[in-house]
Amino acid sequence: MESVILKTATRLMVGLMMVFAVYLLLRGHHEPGGGFSAALVTGTAFALFAITEGPKRLRQAIPMRPEIISAIGLILAAGSGLPALVLGKPYLTGVWWSFNTLALGTPLIFDIGVFLTVLGAILAVLLALEEN
Amino acid sequence: MNRTPPCIDRIPNCCKPGLFSCALPLVLFGMLCLAWPAVGQGEVFQVEWAWIPSLDIYMQFRLDGLSLLFSLIVTMAGFFVSLYASSYMADKQHLNRFFVYLHGFMISMLGIVTADNLLLLFVFWEITTILSYLLIGFDHENNTAREHARQALLVTGAGGLFLLFGILLLKTAGGSMTLSQWTMTGDEIRNHGLYPLIFICILMGAATKSAQVPFHFWLPNAMSAPTPISSFLHAATMVKAGIYLLMRFHPLLGGTSLWMGTLVLLGGTTAVWGAVQALAPCDLKRILAYTTMMALGILTMFLGGQTVLSLTAATTFLMVHALYKASLFLAVGSIDHQTGTRDLRNLGGLLKAMPLTAVAVAGATLSMAGFPLFFGFIGKEIMYEGALAEEMFPVFATTATLAANALMTAVAAIILIAPFLGPRPLMMSKVCEVPWTMRLGPAIMGGLGVLFGIIPEWVSEYLVQPAVFAFHPAREEIRMVFFHGFNLPLLLSMITLATGGLIYRWRIRLRSIIQTGLERMWINTPLIYQTILDLFLRSGGWFTRTFQNGSLHTYISIILMALAVIAGWAWLVYIPSVFMLPVINDTWLAAGLCGFIFLASAVVVTARQRLAAIGGLGGVGAGVALIFLIFGAPDIALTQLLVETLTVVIVSMVLFRLPPIEAIRKRTRARNLFNAALSLSIGLLVTTILLGLLTEPFDRSLTDFFEEYSYVAAHGRNIVNVILVDFRSLDTLGEICVVVLAAWAGVALMRSRKREE
Repeated sequence: MESVILKTATRLMVGLMMVFAVYLLLRGHHEPGGGFSAALVTGTAFALFAITEGPKRLRQAIPMRPEIISAIGLILAAGSGLPALVLGKPYLTGVWWSFNTLALGTPLIFDIGVFLTVLGAILAVLLALEEN
Repeated sequence: MNRTPPCIDRIPNCCKPGLFSCALPLVLFGMLCLAWPAVGQGEVFQVEWAWIPSLDIYMQFRLDGLSLLFSLIVTMAGFFVSLYASSYMADKQHLNRFFVYLHGFMISMLGIVTADNLLLLFVFWEITTILSYLLIGFDHENNTAREHARQALLVTGAGGLFLLFGILLLKTAGGSMTLSQWTMTGDEIRNHGLYPLIFICILMGAATKSAQVPFHFWLPNAMSAPTPISSFLHAATMVKAGIYLLMRFHPLLGGTSLWMGTLVLLGGTTAVWGAVQALAPCDLKRILAYTTMMALGILTMFLGGQTVLSLTAATTFLMVHALYKASLFLAVGSIDHQTGTRDLRNLGGLLKAMPLTAVAVAGATLSMAGFPLFFGFIGKEIMYEGALAEEMFPVFATTATLAANALMTAVAAIILIAPFLGPRPLMMSKVCEVPWTMRLGPAIMGGLGVLFGIIPEWVSEYLVQPAVFAFHPAREEIRMVFFHGFNLPLLLSMITLATGGLIYRWRIRLRSIIQTGLERMWINTPLIYQTILDLFLRSGGWFTRTFQNGSLHTYISIILMALAVIAGWAWLVYIPSVFMLPVINDTWLAAGLCGFIFLASAVVVTARQRLAAIGGLGGVGAGVALIFLIFGAPDIALTQLLVETLTVVIVSMVLFRLPPIEAIRKRTRARNLFNAALSLSIGLLVTTILLGLLTEPFDRSLTDFFEEYSYVAAHGRNIVNVILVDFRSLDTLGEICVVVLAAWAGVALMRSRKREE
C-alpha cells in the first residue's frame, strides 16, 4: 500500500510494538500480559509491516518459515513438561530454580512456547493471505 | 524321437529380500519345534507384560497345543511361501514392501494364535485385516485388484467391529478378558441374558474372516493378490483365523443348542455352496478359492459339535487342508508363472514340461480327494465319524459332508488332469520347470500329506491330541490309524469317490448348468454388498453437498441453530422463575458502554459498505473489552482488545477478495427474517443464561484456591496467567495445538485455491 504516513508510522511502530511484546511476555506472570497477548501484539506489528512493505520483505524479515516457528513453539511448550517427569512429578508440573529473589521456572519456557506457537500461526495466515 | 531335455534353471532367479527374510519363519519354526515336546505333553508356556492394566489389557501370550498347531502351520507355510515368492516376485516392483507386509502378516497371525488377552487378540486380528488389504491390492495400479482389496477390507473389517463389540459384551456379562481363565468359569456366560448377542457378534467376526455364507464373496475376489499371498493368507492361515476364534470360544460359548445348530447349518451350507461353485470357473485360482470356502464350511460345521470326535475331525481336517491347499496354490502359481495362464481351457500336457510340479500336485490333489494312503483319507474317515456323531442335525451334517467331499473329489481330478494330461498347446512347447525355490514348498507340503497318511499315529499323538485337549475338557485318547476296518465311514468314503468320479465325467455339462444358474440368480450377496456400498457413498455425497457446501453463512447458521435448539431446550428445563439484575457501582458508565455497543451493532447490521461493517464489529469488540475492564478482568480485556485489533487488520487485508456486499442485499426477505430471528434468539438465550447464573450463589472455592496458591506454589501474582501456564498448562498445550492446526489448515486451503487459479 502506497501511503507515506502509514509507511513512516509503521517504521516507528513496529519496533516499539515488538519491545512492548517482550515486556508483555515477561511481565505476564505477575501483571496482565503473557505469551498469548505478546504474540498478538507481535502479530499485529508484522501485519502492519506486511501491509506497507509487502509479503516478500516480511519473509526476509523473519528468520525461518512460520510453520517452523510454531513447530519450535510446540516443542518448547511440550518439552517444558519433561523436567517434572525426570523429577518423578506429573507431566507439566512447574519446576523452579531460585536465584536470590528471582525465581525462574519451566512455566516461563512454556509461555515462550505459547508465544512462538501463536506467532507462527498468525504469520502463516498473514503470509498466505498476502501472497495470494 | 527328438526329445527336448527338461529345462531347469540351475541357479534360480531370486530376489535378495525374499531369500534372506526366509530366515525369520525358519528360525521361528525351529524355536517352536524346540517347545514342541513339552507342549505335546500338555505343558503351557506363558509370558505377560502390563500394557494398560487399568483397562484389564495385558500383553499376555500363551503357547498351548492349539496355538502350537496353528503356529507351526503359519511358520512352515510362511517359510515356503516367502522362499517361493523370492523367485515368483523376482521381477516385480516394491519387493521390500512386499516382504515387509508378508512377514508382518505372519507375525500378527502368530500374535492372534498366541495372544491370551482378548483385546490383544483383537489388535492382531485387525492388523491381519489391514495387511491382507495391502497384499490383495499389492498390484495397486490394477483397478480390479484395488476394488477387491477394498471389498475384503470392508467385509472383514466390519466383522472385526462385531468381534470387538462381542468382546466388550462378554466383559459386560462378567467374562474374563484372559482366555486361559475361561475353563473355570462354568456356565455363567451360557446362562447370561447377553449370551445370544455375544454369540452372534463373535460368530460375525469368525464368519466374515473365514468366508462363511453370506460373507463368502470376498474370498474368490481376493484372488487378485499375487499367488504366494493367496496361498499363505487365503488358504493356509488368515481365513483360518475365524476357525481359530471359534475353537478358542468353544469351551466358553459352545455346547448350547444355539451354537450347535447355527454352526452346523451355517458350515454345512457354506461347504456345499462353495463346493458347487468350485465347478463353475475355469480359472484355477478361483476354483481353489471356492474349495477353500468349502473347507472353511466343513471346519465350522464340525466345530458345532461337542464330542471329541467332531472336534478331532475339525482339527485334523484343518491340517489336511492347510497342507494340500498351500501346496496346490503354489503349484498353480508355478503353472501361471511358466505358461502365463491359469485358464483350464488353455492348459494341458504339462506333465513332461513340469514333472516335479506335477508330482507335487498329484500328492496334494489325491490328499484333497481323500484317496487311501493320503492324509486326506484319514481326515475324511474322521469327518464321517464326526458327522454321524453330531448332536444336532447329524443327517444334515453327514449329507453335507458327503456332497461336499464328492464335489471336492471331482474338483481334485479336474485340477490334476486338466493342466498336466492331454495334448499340450503349441504355444506352450517351450515351457520349463520352475527353479527349486518354487518347487520345494509344494513338494514338501504335498509330501507331508503322504507321510501323515501312512503314519497318522504321529499326527494324532503329537499334534491333534494336544490341540483338541487345549479347547475340550475331555481326556479320551485320540488315536488315528492307517486303516479303520470295514465300517460305515469307509462305505461313505467309497461312495464319495464313486460319486466324485461321476461328477468328473459330467463336469463340462455341470459347469455350464452352474454358470447359467449363477448368472440367473436374481439376488446374490455381491449385489447386496454393492447396493449397500452405493447407498452409503450416495448418502455421504448428499450429506457433504448439503452441509459442507462451502458457504460460511450456512455453517454458522447450522451451528447457531443447533446451539439454539439444544442449549435452549436444556435451558427451558432449568430456567429460574425470578431473575436478578447485577449490582453495578457506576450505573452511568455501564449504561453508556451498553449504548455504545448497541450503536456499533446497529452500524454492523445496516452498513452499506463492508469497511463500515468491519469498523462496527471492531467497535462492538472494544465495547465488550471495556466491560471486562470495569468489572475487574484486565487480562481478558487486554486479550480481547488485541484480538479485535488483529482481526480488523487481517480482515482489511482480505477486504478486496470478499464477494461484493451487494450479494448480501439480494437475499430474500424470508432469509433476512430468519437470520434476524436466529440472531435475536441466540442473543436472548445467552443473556438469560448469564442473568440466570446470578440467581445461583457464586462458588468461590476454586478462586480461593488459586488466590492462595498462585504465588506460593507457582511464583506468580497474575492468577489468570498462572492458571494458563502452570495450573492448567495441559489445557493450554491442547489449545495451542488447535491454533497451529487451524492455521496450517487455513494456509493449505488458501494455497490450494491459489494453485487452482
